[in-house]
This record gives sequence, structure tokens and C-alpha cells, in this order.
Amino acid sequence: MRTLYISLVSEFYKSRKTLAFWAAILLPVIICGLITFGFYSGSEKILGFHYPPMVLWAQYSGAALGVMGLLIMPFYVIFMAFSVNNIEHKNDTWKMLFAQPLNKFSIYAAKYLYAVFLIFTCLFLFASLTFAFGHLLQVLVPKYNFDQYNPLNLLINAYTKLFLSSLGILSVQFILSLLWADFLKPMGIGFVGTIMGIITANVGWKYSYLIPYSLPTLALRIAKVKKGADPLDFPVFTQEIWTSLIYAAILFIIGYFIVTKKSIK
Amino acid sequence: MGNYAIETVGLNFNFGNQTIVKDLSLQVPKGSIYGFLGPNGAGKTTTIKILLNLLKSPADQVFIFGKEINSNRIAILKRVGALVEQPAIYGHLTGKENLINRCILLGIKKIKADEMLALVGLTEAANKKASKYSLGMKQRLGIAQALISDPELLLLDEPTNGLDPNGIIEVRNLMIELATKHQKTILVSSHLLAEIERTATHVGIINKGQLLFQGTIDELHLLSKPMLEIELNNIESAGAFITKAGYDIIAQTDKKITIPFTSSQKSGELNTLLIQNGFTVSSLYQQKKDLENLFLDITKTH
Repeated sequence: MRTLYISLVSEFYKSRKTLAFWAAILLPVIICGLITFGFYSGSEKILGFHYPPMVLWAQYSGAALGVMGLLIMPFYVIFMAFSVNNIEHKNDTWKMLFAQPLNKFSIYAAKYLYAVFLIFTCLFLFASLTFAFGHLLQVLVPKYNFDQYNPLNLLINAYTKLFLSSLGILSVQFILSLLWADFLKPMGIGFVGTIMGIITANVGWKYSYLIPYSLPTLALRIAKVKKGADPLDFPVFTQEIWTSLIYAAILFIIGYFIVTKKSIK
Repeated sequence: MGNYAIETVGLNFNFGNQTIVKDLSLQVPKGSIYGFLGPNGAGKTTTIKILLNLLKSPADQVFIFGKEINSNRIAILKRVGALVEQPAIYGHLTGKENLINRCILLGIKKIKADEMLALVGLTEAANKKASKYSLGMKQRLGIAQALISDPELLLLDEPTNGLDPNGIIEVRNLMIELATKHQKTILVSSHLLAEIERTATHVGIINKGQLLFQGTIDELHLLSKPMLEIELNNIESAGAFITKAGYDIIAQTDKKITIPFTSSQKSGELNTLLIQNGFTVSSLYQQKKDLENLFLDITKTH
């Protein structure tokens, strides 16, 4: 456990000056900022629709969720998986890392967990900023009715789903980035996978849930489609989420065997 | 086995079908500076990577401090510091941050980073990005990283690579100081014999994965003692005659006999003696090999 902790601290120390780390913070700040600005400057028009508070929150948070879940999220995950490994490829530091008196599993697990941590941070900020900026909008435009509905459940559920459904992609991309030092291969495969995932998810192919790349889209689509007494109260652990977690677990173990067999030439 | 910091027993290593290291039996005594010599591509770096368990060796062929490496990886690595090929440095971090990162990984105090920077003369460049370092500075930072855990055994792969003459002398003095004052064992690889000659107490010469010579630096020097080569007819009886006359024959081919050279006068006396006894001496000359030639000879003929 101690070596895992040490390796995690080191991962943070190494990456804190890189784009990968700052992307986790800047991405939610920029996207939420832009959406909030849109809701602020276009408040006249939006107020004209006379949304009930719940729908207003759904529209507002859906703007970020839609952009994020559909397109940015898969690429963000691909980029994270890449950069956590690339820091070692680029500097030719794998040999140094594996010549340290630390067990290989900790080194590997720390890298994986750090990528998970970055994604979590990013989505956590998305949820928090959506919540905070929503209330900020209420202060700036008092005619809004953001204060009449508590969106926490919606935000927590939606972002938890997005987070869990992205772990499958992360594990695939993590292995690709572990194997290949260059950017194009994992990025190319990830790009094709993402497009394929979005298409299969949208045409409603029966087995699209077996493609990790389609899981974030699927996870969020169901959140939108299901209509019930409270349309925003949806279950978190659905089929896509379980698929994603199973993918993540299996590929995580496979990745470890790749690492132990990895010859440092 | 107890006296060796590193011992390999008939070590073999292949990449696919290609044999990189063949039947290698290194014996690096504790406290020695072991010069690991060989031309480029001889298998030096591969051997060092095996010693660090970066490449997996067959069981019971590699022992560090008497312990088998595959089953004692972490315990051994705790006592070893290494610089392999190009120094492993994160370009986006400063020199100091690179060392602090190493401190984090090794669980040692961060203050060590400053000590090491001073030791390798990088204090002024401590807060400069490592990607902006010159090759020599990177090499020094690499050495600092290898030394930071105060290891008993240092594996340095061509540590003077890219250093200017001053830097080379500094590294050389540092190695001598570490071995004599701090009782470290150092295995240092190089393709330059002159480099090794000045620091090493022991030498191993490797070519095409095979160890061609191993011994103390004095033993290597012995090999390069001046020789007297005599070309003459009737070589077999001449050989017997020379032995009878009290000389040691070092080598005898079908054309010439080699004996140790002692002095010009002695050479003349032997010549006279041979002629008086009916041999035709076609040539008699002193052959002196410097270590560089010796090294070339050793590595070329195999």
C-alpha cells in the first residue's frame, strides 16, 4: 500500500505542470463558464420559454452534459490515458521507474488510478461548477427560478454514470498507450472507436453496449429517454455501467501482465 | 560468493533468436571499481539492464550481494543506484524537481536533492528545466539520481558520455572518492579503455556477449608487458632450446616464438646464442602493446 501511495504522489508531482493535469481543471471551467455566459447573455430569450425550475436545470446542466458526454468525454479519456503513459515514453523513463525498489504492480496501478483520478476530478468539477454557476446565474438574473429545484441528485447521478461508463474506454486506451509510444496509434484507434460507438449507440444496435466507446453515449441517452414520475431521477447502475466496469476490471488485469512482461530494451 | 557485489554464473540472454549475452561469468568484488569494457553493441547495456532486473534473467544466474536477483528484486534494488544509457530525466521538470521526484519514490528526505545538486555541480542550474540542460548537465543529473539513495552498488553505463574534459575528470575523481572513502562498489561501462584505465581496479572485457578477459587492472597490464618476438627456422627444436636456456615461452606459432622482453642486451645475447647453435634468426624484435591495442586485439580476434 505504501508503494502505491508513493507512486501516486510521484505521478501527481510529475504531472502537475503538464497540460494533462490542467486540462482536468480548465476543461470544466471553460465549458461551464461558456454555458453560464450563454444563459446570462441570452436570459431574455430563455426566460421567454417559462421553463419550470426542474426543466430549467435539466436544460442548463444538459448543455454541459451533452457536449461532454457525447464528444469531449471519450477524447478526454483517450488523452488522459495517453498522457499518463506518454510522460514515461517521451522521457525514456520506464527503465528508471522499473529500476526503483518498488513493486511493478504499484507502479502500474498508480498510473491507472491517477488517470482515473484525473477523470474523476474533471467530472467532479463539472458537477460542482454546474451547481455553483447555476446559483450564480440566479443571483445575476433574479428572474430565473434555479433556486426552486435542488439539482444535486440529477447532477450526482448523471456525472456518476458518465464517470463509471468512461472507465471501459480508459482501460482500452490505457493499454494502447502503454504499448505504443506514439500519439497517433492510440488516438487513431480511439477516434475510430468513438465514432463507431456514437453511431452504434444512436442507431440503437442491440449489442452496442458491448463496445466500450458507446457506453457514455448510451448511459446519458437513457437518462434523457426514460420518462416517469420524475424524469431526472434515474438509476445509476444500469447495463452500460456494469459492462463498463467489467471491461475496466478485466483490461486492468491484462494491462498488468503486459507491464510485467514488458521488456525494457 | 560473499565477496562479490555482483556475480553472474554462466549468464545467457537472447532477444528472440539473437544471442546478446553468452555464458557470461562476471565477478565484481565488493569495494572495487569494475571497468566493464567493450565496443558498442557488445552487450554491456543489456548486461546492466539484466543486473537491474529490467530484463529478466534465467533463474540462478545473476546474484547481487549474494542474492538471486529474480527472487530478491526489491531488496536488491534498494542497494543499487544506476545510470543506464541516456539519463532518465523528465524534461518538463527542473533538475531539482527531477531529484525530488526520485526522493518521493525512494522515500527519502527532499533535502538530499540539494546535496546531490551540489555534489555534481548543478546548484546554479537547479531551477532550470531539464530539457534545457546540455548533454553534460543531463549526464551529471543522471549521476546525481543514481547516487541519491546512497547505494552500496553503482551501475554506471558510460557515465562520461557527452562530458567535456573537465567533466570527465570530475566524474573520474568522484568515482574514486566513492570507492575509496565510502566503500562503494562501482561497475562502470565504457568503450574507451583509456577512460577505464585511470579509475578501475578491476576490468572485464566483453565482445559479442562474451567475456574475453576478467581480472585486476595489474593483470591486464601484465598482458601488455613488452615481448620479444623471434622469427627463425626449425621452430620446434628452437623452442626446446630456448626453454632449456632458461627463458619462458609465452607463445609459439609455426613461424615465431614470443618470450618476455627484459633488456636489449639480453635480447642480443639470446640472438648470439641461437646463431651459435645453428638456428637462422630472420628477425628479432621488441613488441610492445599498449592497452588500447591490446583491447583492440582482444576484441577483434573473437
